[in-house]
Amino acid sequence: MITRFLISNMDRRGLAFLALIAAIGVLVPLSNLLMPAGSPVHVSTATMSLWGKYLCYALLAISLDLVWGYCGILSLGHGAFFALGGYAMGMYLMRQIGSRGVYGNPILPDFMVFLNWQELPWYWYGFSSFPFAMLMVLLVPGLLAFVFGWFAFRSRVTGVYLSIITQALTYALLLAFFRNDMGFGGNNGLTDFKDIVGFNVQAQTTRAALFAMTCVMLIAGFLIARGIVGSKLGKVVIAIRDAESRTRFLGYRVDHFKLFVFTVSACMAGVAGALYVPQVGIINPSEFAPANSIETVIWVAVGGRGTLVGAALGAVVVNWAKTMFTSGWMAPYWLFALGAVFVFVTLFMPKGVLGTVQGWWEKRRKPQPEPNGEPAPAE
Amino acid sequence: MPSVIRLLRLLAVIATVLGAPAVARAQNAEDAFARFNADSFSDTARAIDILIQSAHPNAAVIIEALADGRLLAGGGAVVVKTKAGSFVDARSGQALAAEPAGLSAVRLNNNVRRVIQGALGGLGLLNPDPARRAAAAEAVFRARDLSVLPVLEAAIAKETDARARTALRQAQAAILIVKTDAPPFDRIAAVDVLRERGDQDALATLRALPGDASPALKEAQARAITDIEGKLALWRAGQNLWYGLSLGSVLLLAAIGLAITFGVMGVINMAHGEMVMLGAYTTFLVQEVIRARFPGLFDYSLAIAIPSAFLVAGAVGIAIERGVIRFLYGRPLETLLATWGISLILQQAVRTAFGPTNREVGAPSFMSGAFELGGLAITWNRLWIIVFAALVFLALLAILKLTPMGLQMRAVTQNRRMASAMGIRTGRIDALTFGLGSGVAGLAGVALSQIDNVSPNLGQSYIIDSFMVVVFGGVGNLWGTLISAMTLGVANKLLEPYAGAVLGKIALLVFIILFIQKRPRGLFALKGRAVEA
Repeated sequence: MITRFLISNMDRRGLAFLALIAAIGVLVPLSNLLMPAGSPVHVSTATMSLWGKYLCYALLAISLDLVWGYCGILSLGHGAFFALGGYAMGMYLMRQIGSRGVYGNPILPDFMVFLNWQELPWYWYGFSSFPFAMLMVLLVPGLLAFVFGWFAFRSRVTGVYLSIITQALTYALLLAFFRNDMGFGGNNGLTDFKDIVGFNVQAQTTRAALFAMTCVMLIAGFLIARGIVGSKLGKVVIAIRDAESRTRFLGYRVDHFKLFVFTVSACMAGVAGALYVPQVGIINPSEFAPANSIETVIWVAVGGRGTLVGAALGAVVVNWAKTMFTSGWMAPYWLFALGAVFVFVTLFMPKGVLGTVQGWWEKRRKPQPEPNGEPAPAE
Repeated sequence: MPSVIRLLRLLAVIATVLGAPAVARAQNAEDAFARFNADSFSDTARAIDILIQSAHPNAAVIIEALADGRLLAGGGAVVVKTKAGSFVDARSGQALAAEPAGLSAVRLNNNVRRVIQGALGGLGLLNPDPARRAAAAEAVFRARDLSVLPVLEAAIAKETDARARTALRQAQAAILIVKTDAPPFDRIAAVDVLRERGDQDALATLRALPGDASPALKEAQARAITDIEGKLALWRAGQNLWYGLSLGSVLLLAAIGLAITFGVMGVINMAHGEMVMLGAYTTFLVQEVIRARFPGLFDYSLAIAIPSAFLVAGAVGIAIERGVIRFLYGRPLETLLATWGISLILQQAVRTAFGPTNREVGAPSFMSGAFELGGLAITWNRLWIIVFAALVFLALLAILKLTPMGLQMRAVTQNRRMASAMGIRTGRIDALTFGLGSGVAGLAGVALSQIDNVSPNLGQSYIIDSFMVVVFGGVGNLWGTLISAMTLGVANKLLEPYAGAVLGKIALLVFIILFIQKRPRGLFALKGRAVEA
């Protein structure tokens, strides 16, 4: 029943995306592990981790597309959920270090010893267990989104005001996590990880496994999002995006729908963050920065909002361009390019790359009724 | 015993002031000069005493020079090297043409220094200048040296200047507090004098009361301490309030342009912080030009910078509106993103042109320094910024209420379609509003350049606060922005002593997030169906 539910909402583009990610998820780790280092088909571990990072961003972009492209909630603070998931994973990894840290304390992480803390704060209890940590990865962002959303959507805060207060939310978390007294590593963050579920975090096999896991989660996230969007619930959500008051007057509880989508999206973002941290090796409070969250929005905008595949595509393309730009002679011009992308995409390509390509494609064929999930260019 | 020696020394000062044979004086002074040449610490200390006793006219100059290491002696001669570097003969006070040969500085050790301190203090109490007398009394107040008491009392009896007399009485009170064998009535009177003084030093002095005081005295001390602490707490609260007002005025300047733009056009301009930054950099450029070409005009640099910043920021704003925002009409969220992109471009452009480091913007002379108002320390630059913010606010109020353009702006804010139907060119109003909002941001930049670092990141530090002010205050009314800015500024600063700056800020952010739930459109929201569209 679930497979029917998931597959029935798939279109050719989605299937192609799934096939691509599945192929990448299998081939890249194999190539990294089995191929000899000099071979042209070999993917180096560094490249693999880099692409793992891109795929985490792709999952984050899908989660944002779910709320923005399909529900019209422009959240400028999704980076907060990403970072919270990352911190949950980071706390688990810190507990795994045990006595191998610089100060050799079996219970307290290094930064706590450095700050002269005597015992572990209560909110760190339980993070030595992997299942608990994974539960927190889902629960913490989800809970924050639920509470925030419950207040916001019930009071019908919409549009620009909502965007501003999501920005305020992530900014407040940034300030809070930067404080050394909070017990989350302060401005240095959590780093120097050793083990994940017993495997060495730096080992090649572990990294390959993490990459494969990221692909699996990306596929899962895509399927969930597609499932939601293609279902009857999804239809209502799209209606809320296009004409909120009308949907409300038709009798639907708009705030419930929004809350559901917002919470699911936050959990997804949390998972993305959790996979991001072991591959990058550090989590620090600057992940909460409003600028990061706004960049996430541009990934979705570039790729094509309202098309989940487009969001993932945009995330990978923009981050790849960022890596290319910021290493080498073009480094000072990256911000110019990024700013120009913002302006260009909003002015000339409101549907993003995928949407515009789709539009051209549609124009060349005979006029047909629009397929499922195609967004109308409304607010 | 050093205190007895000091007492004797000071009594000698009195004695000599009251008149002593000039010859005897001159002879004693000669002895002092000979001892300076002896190059031994005990001789130098003795020399100082003799110099004081002899009431040599140059005694004060010589002893100050000795303290600074500017007293030179050798071969019988004693020479003072002035701070300007010229040389003066110590005995006669005559200027010397060149440095005499064979001189070396008279050396000091801690004992000599102590003797110098005592001598200078004693000299100060009888100084002809009342301000110097008050200063010497202040030094005695802090030192609480029992041996100076007779001198003090004599000085008080002779004192004519009111301020000096108060200072002398306070010094006397400070000594009486620690003098256990003084008459009890005098000590209680001393507690009262200290309570009158009422500042932190008086508090410290009161607390220095020895433990064996009588119960009446202890009670008087306790009452006085509570009194002073209460007054100090009030002044501290007042100081925090002042800081809050100052911060509020800065927030007002930064946010009011944003509020106007948001009200008329419904778009949040994420590049608003960069307009502020452009205003600050304009100030920097104006000052650079003035420094290079017209150095005499430096005090007017701000007066020139204000219109320049307004024009520069306003022009950039109009360019943004005509170039980008006009095409995004009706899509506020996209406008938000586009303006964010523009802000990145502007930041990087400024960074490339001026470098990423802070640039120095100087303050004109009328904005430097501070003054005391009761227990408050008020800096001139912040005071002028508050005045400036008030003037800008009133000017904007006048524009909105009294000019035709203001009328059209208000009409478009309330109901865009109807205004357009009435013949108002909404496109033109949009451009002008954006220009006005950006121009005011430029003015904010001029003000901020005086109290903050001028760097490409200047805008980023104020943008979130500006958003909060606008979201909290609502866009219906300029007064809403004023109240919102002042409330947030004062609340922030009042929270700071209790929670720290960061937690205070977080608390305010959380408060605003919750407040929005109650009033989704801010304190002063526009009402009516057209607003919901």
